[in-house]
Amino acid sequence: MYSFEPTEEQQSIIDTVRDFAKTEMRPKSMEADEKSDLPAGFLQKSWELGLAVAGIPEAYGGSGIERSAVTGALLAEELGYGDVAMGIATLAPALVAYPVVDYGTEEQKTKYLPLFTGSGFPKATAAVLEPTWDFDPTELTTIATKKDGGYVLSGKKCLVPLGSTAELFLIYARDGGPGYENVRAFFVPRSAAGLTVSEKEKNMGVKELDTVGLTLNDVKVPKEAVLGGDKGVNFERIMSYSRVALSSLAIGVSRAAMDHSITYAKERYAFGEPIGQRQAVAFMIADMALEIDAMRVMAWEAAWHLDKGETATKETFLMKMYSDKNALKVTDNAVQVMGGHGYIRENPVEGWLRHARGFTTFDGMALV
Amino acid sequence: MIDFEHHPVVQQTGMMISQMAESMMRPAAREVDEHEHTDPTAYINFMWDVMKSGAGGAAATQFTGGPKKKKDEDPNAPKKPGFGNVLGAVSIEMMSWGDAGIYLATPVAGLGGAAVAAAGTDEQKERFLKRFQEGDKPIWGAMAITEPGCGSDSAAITTTATKDGDFYVLNGHKIFVTSGKRAIADSNGFVVVWATVDKNVGRAGIKSFVVEAGTPGMILLGVEKKHGIRASDTAQIVFENCRVPKENLLGSAEVDLNKGFKGVMATFDATRPAVAASAIGIGRAALEFIQAEFAKQGIKPRYGTNPHKLTARERDLMDMEANLKAAWLLTLKAAWMSDNKKHNNLEASICKAKAGLAVTQITQKAVELMGPLGYSREILLEKWMRDAKINDIFEGTQQINMLIIARRVLGYSRDQLK
Repeated sequence: MYSFEPTEEQQSIIDTVRDFAKTEMRPKSMEADEKSDLPAGFLQKSWELGLAVAGIPEAYGGSGIERSAVTGALLAEELGYGDVAMGIATLAPALVAYPVVDYGTEEQKTKYLPLFTGSGFPKATAAVLEPTWDFDPTELTTIATKKDGGYVLSGKKCLVPLGSTAELFLIYARDGGPGYENVRAFFVPRSAAGLTVSEKEKNMGVKELDTVGLTLNDVKVPKEAVLGGDKGVNFERIMSYSRVALSSLAIGVSRAAMDHSITYAKERYAFGEPIGQRQAVAFMIADMALEIDAMRVMAWEAAWHLDKGETATKETFLMKMYSDKNALKVTDNAVQVMGGHGYIRENPVEGWLRHARGFTTFDGMALV
Repeated sequence: MIDFEHHPVVQQTGMMISQMAESMMRPAAREVDEHEHTDPTAYINFMWDVMKSGAGGAAATQFTGGPKKKKDEDPNAPKKPGFGNVLGAVSIEMMSWGDAGIYLATPVAGLGGAAVAAAGTDEQKERFLKRFQEGDKPIWGAMAITEPGCGSDSAAITTTATKDGDFYVLNGHKIFVTSGKRAIADSNGFVVVWATVDKNVGRAGIKSFVVEAGTPGMILLGVEKKHGIRASDTAQIVFENCRVPKENLLGSAEVDLNKGFKGVMATFDATRPAVAASAIGIGRAALEFIQAEFAKQGIKPRYGTNPHKLTARERDLMDMEANLKAAWLLTLKAAWMSDNKKHNNLEASICKAKAGLAVTQITQKAVELMGPLGYSREILLEKWMRDAKINDIFEGTQQINMLIIARRVLGYSRDQLK
C-alpha cells in the first residue's frame, strides 16, 4: 500500500549521515573546493560510516544489509546536502563492490570483495565516462576485443573518481555493437601495461574530488578479470542504480541551496524589508521547495522499481532528466537570490551551481 | 516502508472506474462539449446508483483533510479505510481521464459536502449529507465563495448574513459556483455560501451557511459559457434577503477573532489534491494519445541513451511523462498524508501548483505535437487542453498556491508576504 514513510532503520541511517554531513562535510566544503582536495582523513572517516558498501553479503565478510536502492537514495541525498564531491568520494567503493556482488563469479567475489570489507578505504574505482561530447553509455568508444582467451582494451576514459590513488580500476568497454547488452566490465590493475593514468583533472565543480583520465593502449585483460565471466554484467541495470545515486546527490545539493536561500532572503534587506517578503524572490524559493519534493518522490519511486528487481531504465532515465534540469534551476536560483554576493566564492551557492551543472554528465560516477 | 503499490481495493476500484470512464464518459465527451449545458444523463443516473450503494457516503466524507478530532467521528458512519484520500485521488484521476467536465457533473455532495464534513456538527452532517445516499433523483452539492469583486482574496467577500430572530438573512452575489444550477435548481441539493456576519472583523466574521434548494430569495441568474469543462454547470447566484435557518450555519456561530475561518480553509488541504488528481487524469489522457501516435508511427522513445541524441519529439514526450509523473506522485503523497492524519497544508499546495502548471503545459504540447490533426475538433485532444486549463486556476490559482508554499517555507505570515 502506498507509503512515503522511511522505516526506522532508514531514518536512523538518514540521521547518521546528516550528522556526518554537518560535522565532516559542510564545514570543510568551501576550503576543500578552493584547494581542489578532500579534507585530510576524509576518506577514512567516510569509510568508517560503514554505509557505502553495507550490502556486501556476510558470507564475504560484509555487513549483509539488504540491498535497497531506496535506502541508497535516502543516504545519498544526505551526502549531497553535505557536499556533492565528498558524497561521490564516500560512495566510490560501491562502484566496484556492488557490480562484483551482483555479477561476479564465485572466484571473483572471493578475490575482490575482501578489499571492501577491511578497515581501510579501498583503493578501487570504476571508469565509465569518456572524453567525447556525445558520450553515450549505449555506444561506448572504449573497445574490448577478444584475444587469447581474454580481451584487449583500447580507448579513453575520464572523470574517474579517486583515480589518482586507485590501485584497481573496473573499466567498462564495448564488446561488439551498440547497446547496453554489449558492455562488459574489466578489472585492470594500475600497473597494467598500456594503461596510463593522467594527472588530476581540472573540473568545473566537484573540484575536491580527485578525478583522472585513463588512456588504454591495447591493455590485456586475462579471462578471469572479465567481471561475470562469459555471462558478463547487466550494465543497463548498473546504470539505473547510478542514476538513482546521482539524482539523490542532486536533491541533496538542491536542498542545501534552498535552505541557504531561505536564510539569506529573510535577513537581506532591500527597499525597507527582507527580500523574502517580495514575491519575485519568494516564488523562486517556493519553486525550489516544490521541485525538491518532486525530484525526491521521482527518485524514491524509480529506486523502488529497482528494489522490485526491475531494470527500471525508463523510470530512472525520466527521474534523472527531471532532477538534472531542476537541480540546475534550484542552484542557479540560489545564486540569483543572493545577487552579487551569490557570485562570490566567499559564499557556497556558486559552488553548488558548479556541482549541479555536472549531473547531466556524471553517468556512472556514483552507485547505490 | 516506502511503497508505490496501491492497496488492492484501490487498484480494483481504479480498474472499475477506468472501465466506466471508457464506456460511458468518453462516448459522451464530444457531444456534451459541443452542446454546452446538456446533461450527460446516462452517466448521471448510473453514478447516482453507484453513489447510493455506499460510495456516496465515502465520497461525501473523504474530503475532510488533516487531523480529525475524535469527538467529530460519527460512530454510525461506515469505517473510513486508511486509504480513503488516496482512493479518492485515484478515482478522480480515472474519472477525469474519461472526461473532466462530466466528472464534475457527478451527483455528489462535492465541495458543499466537503464544507459540511469539515465544519458541520454531527447533526448537520446527518441532516445535509444523508440525502446523497438515498432517493430516486440525483442530488448535487455546491459551494459558493467567489464574487464578482473577489476571488483569490476570499476574505474580502461582501455577501452579508444578518441575524434576524431564528434566521440569518443573506444578501449578495456569487459567481463561479460549480454545480450551482444542478444543486439548487435541478435537484433537492444545497449550496454552502460564505458570508460575513460582521464586516468589521475581517476574516473572523466569515461563516458558511447551507442554503437548500427552494429557499426563497436565492435566485439562479444563469450559467457561464466556458473555455472547457463545458459539461459542468458554472452558476451565478444572487441572494436577496434570503432567509436561512440559524441551524444551517455550519459549526459555531461565535466570532472567534483568533481562529477566523481556519476550519473551512482547512478543507482546501483535502480538495486541492483532489483537483490536482483531476488535472492529472486529463494530462494522462493527452499523454497516452501521444504515446499511441508514437507507436503508430513506429517511434520507440529511446530511454537510456544520451539525451542529446533524442529527437525533439522524444524529448518533448519524455518531458511530458516526467512532469506528469512528478505531479501525480506529489498528489498521492498529499493524499497519503491526509489518510495518515498528517498536516498537509504545504503538500496540498505543492501538488496543486505542480499539477495545474504541468498539465496545462502537457495538454498544450500534445495539441502542438499533432499538428493539423491536433487542432481538429474531430478528436478529443484540443478539448483536453481546454479542460485542463481551469485546474491551474480554481481551488486556488497557481500563484496563490505558490504564495502559500512561500509563506510556509519562509515562515512568513499573510502580512509579511503579500
